[in-house]
This record gives sequence, C-alpha cells and structure tokens, in this order.
Amino acid sequence: MTQPPSMSAAGSGLRLTLRGIGHAYRALTVLQDIDLTVAPGEVLALVGPSGCGKSTLLGIMGGLIAPAAGTVEASGSVADDCLNPVTYVFQDFALLPWRSVRDNVALPLEPHLSRAARAARVDEVLALTSLTAFADAWPRELSGGMRQRVGIARALAVRPACLLMDEPLSALDAQTRTLLLEEFAGLIARAGITTVYVTHTLSEAVRIGHQVAVLSRRPGRVRALLRIDRPIEGRRAADPDLLAMEERIWAMIRDDAATAERERIDAPD
Amino acid sequence: MRRIDGPVAFRGGGFAPRARGWAAAATLIGLVLLWQALEMAGLVPTLFLPAPLAIGRTLWALTLSGELWKHLSASLLRLAIGWTVGTVFGIAVGLAVGLWSALRSPVMAVVAALFPIPKIALVPLFIIWFGIGEGSKIATLGFGVFFPTVIATAGGVDAVPRGLIRMGQSFGLSTWKIVRSIVLPGALPAILTGFRVTTSIAIVLLVAAEMIGAERGIGAFVLAAGNLYDMDALLAGIVVLSALGLIVAWVIGVAERVLLRWR
Repeated sequence: MTQPPSMSAAGSGLRLTLRGIGHAYRALTVLQDIDLTVAPGEVLALVGPSGCGKSTLLGIMGGLIAPAAGTVEASGSVADDCLNPVTYVFQDFALLPWRSVRDNVALPLEPHLSRAARAARVDEVLALTSLTAFADAWPRELSGGMRQRVGIARALAVRPACLLMDEPLSALDAQTRTLLLEEFAGLIARAGITTVYVTHTLSEAVRIGHQVAVLSRRPGRVRALLRIDRPIEGRRAADPDLLAMEERIWAMIRDDAATAERERIDAPD
Repeated sequence: MRRIDGPVAFRGGGFAPRARGWAAAATLIGLVLLWQALEMAGLVPTLFLPAPLAIGRTLWALTLSGELWKHLSASLLRLAIGWTVGTVFGIAVGLAVGLWSALRSPVMAVVAALFPIPKIALVPLFIIWFGIGEGSKIATLGFGVFFPTVIATAGGVDAVPRGLIRMGQSFGLSTWKIVRSIVLPGALPAILTGFRVTTSIAIVLLVAAEMIGAERGIGAFVLAAGNLYDMDALLAGIVVLSALGLIVAWVIGVAERVLLRWR
C-alpha cells in the first residue's frame, strides 16, 4: 500500500502550523521568525549548521520547550486509538535501562490500556520493527541501531498522528544509518504520519523529506524551503536529482557551517 | 639520536582490582584462628581478651537458655521499625527535594544543620518527647536513618538523566507516573547504596539507645555484661552485632543484584 501522502485517507492526519516562532537562551537569540507548515502525512526535513536551533525548534513543536515568541498549532482529526498525537523520537533513544525492550515500548501505553491490550500492541510494533526476537533483552545488550528501533517501536505503539524525530540516526554508524533510514522512511510513508525530521546529514534530508527547510546560522531563520515532489519510498541514495539537491543545500549552508564550527559552544541545543 | 630495536613491551596491566569472595571469608576465619592460637600459646591473657572458643561457648549457653533470643528479638524489632520509619520518610522527603525547587533549599538547609548532630546526644530529648520506652529508641534510629536517606535519595533523583524525564513528558505521562516509572527506578541505585550506610548507622544507634533505660536488647545486654566485667558475655554480644551487620550487608547485596540486574 504505497500511496503518496497527499492522497492518504482524506481528512485524517495532523497539520502542523508554526507562526512567528522565536526563541532565546538569555541574551542569545537562537530562533527568529520561523513560519512553517507541514501538511497531513507530509515529511518535513529540517537541516542547518550546528547550533542553528534545529533541536530547539523541534522541542518547541513537541511542547517540550516554551517558545519566547510565536505559536505552534496542530490541527486535524486523529484516529480513536491514538494515545499521543504528537510523539517524539530522541537522538539518544531515551530508553529506560531498567526495562526490557518490551516494557520500554509498553511504557506510554500503561496509563491507557489493559495488560492484554498493551501486549497485543507491543507485539505488533515489535514485529513491525523486527524486534520480536529481542523483546526480553535489556537496552544495554543492544547495538545503537537496535536501540533506535526500540525508540521507533515505542513511538509507533501510541499510533501517533505526528512524529518529531530529533536526529534519530546521528548516534549510529554510517552503515546502520543507511539501513535504518530506508526502513524508517518506509514505515512513516506507509503509515502516512505527519513527520518533522531534524538532521544535519543532508543525504538523509533529501532522502526522507517532501519538504526540506534549510535554517541559517544563529539566529536560525528559514533560509530556503525546497520541495521534493516524488514519493519517499521509491527514492534511491544515488538518484542524480537528489544528489543535485544535496549539493544545492550544501552550497547554502557551507559558509554558515564553517563559521559555526569555529564558534564557542555556549548554547544548550 | 637513539636506535629502537625490539618488541614493544606490554604495559597495560593493573588498575583492575577484582572481588574475591573466598579471600574475604578466609581472612575472617584466619584472624579468628590466629586469635585462638595466640590465646592457647599463652601470649594473650584471657582476662585481657577472651578466646574465641570461650566466647563461642558463652554464646551457645546464651542461645540454649533463651537469653540471647530475648535480647536479640527486642533489638531486631526496634531495628526494623526504626529503620523503616526513617527510610520511608527519608525517601519521601528526598524525592520531594529532588523534584521541587520550592522545597529544595529550605529542606536541604535543615538537613545540613541537623545531619551532623550525634543523635545519641539527643536521646534524653527523645525520652522526654517519646517516653522512656520504645518510642524514644525508635525515634533515635528513625532520625539517624532519615537524614542520610534524604541525602542519598535527593542525589539519586538528581542523577536521573533529564532526557528520560523529558521522554516521559513527551508521551504525556502524568507527574506521578513519571515519578513512579522513571524517577524512582532511576534513583534506586543511589537509594540502595544509602541503605548500606543507614543500616550500619541504625545498628550503632540501636545499641546506644538500648544502653539508656532498656531492660532488653543487645545494647542493654552488652552494657550489663560490661558493668560486671563479664568479658565473655560482652564479646558474645559484640559478635552478635557484627554478625547482624554482615547479614544485613549481605541482604542488601542480594537486593542490589536482583533489583539492579539490568546494569
């Protein structure tokens, strides 16, 4: 079932609208005048140089950081079995080390579902993320890639209408990254979940995004918004159009990235 | 200029001490045997220090007569109640301090001011407040256990990665659910380490409290034996206390292995 997201179940899914978002850590302005819209079922990739406030912006979208200015609106209808409409996937996985894989995935279901209903949902998402054989493992026994699969499984278990992914692959090695990106792209596209995907790897951005928002160096603003009009699932890393797009984005942020790299790191991100 | 010619020597050893259970047991047994040998050789007068065999015989006689259990049961009950009361309140206050800024500085100021006071010095006060009976003894233990538990728990809560708490919030979990499923289990290693300290403190305070106005209890027994210069009985009581400490430490070790097996 590979539908382009624009055609996925009409009327369902969340639209995210950001209006005039600004943020500062004390005197340091990190985000300024950000306006963005993510249509239902669409994937927005957010790229920019280190320290441009990408993760802060995602935190604001997820309600984990209160913005200094502007509003984030989520609108649309949500399935009845959705337990957490806007759901986060963390760079460092944020797994509870004292819970097995199964119990980590069950955590967000515990306040809502009976034991039996939880077990059924957990089994389902573990199968979806190829984790069934690892259900009883401790997080410390898993590789980074497997841990992030658990992070994805936990996020999918609540049947989210919107996924916010904060550099989900950046703690992993290059090969694992390539494999997981394909897998996650497929899962998101098939489920038609509105997604914001923060990354500093441009190849990931052009591979997974319907839109790519390029942020400038601090204070972060939207420097460019590029559309990639082809279904996510068919995309290949070696596609010349995508490579060209990647080149274009790199040309835009190269100077910013070079400056950012020489700066003192004093902003929490 | 210097010429280098030869294999690269290994230099990465050491700095990796390992626990050896048999060595721990062998050392204790060896010391007791050495002690007994010195007595039998006549090198230590038995009046100065009774021999292990004599202490053992006294202990056995006390066990058979029911005298030991009479004192030990009273002590164990006080220990259990006093330690539990101090621990429950300590964990509750420690959690509150770790979670809410409104409580953090005020409570920690009080803890810092009261923690260093030797609780033994407060026993007369506790007797006036809680009576000469069980109340004052349990209060002494409870207060002694409470403060280190607050400090250990608050430290454990501080050590819970903020990212895990944000994760809980990102899934819309309630504050209570976050405390129960993220903060408490995350603080558990520090709390269990605190138990090692507080159980030792509790045993020390137990004996001290039982030396004032108690008829039963290992502390009262040791005090009476000391007043009579009955060194066999005195040391028998002390051996019981040492064994109690070892057993409690072992129980905590088992609890750590079971509860923290994810590490």
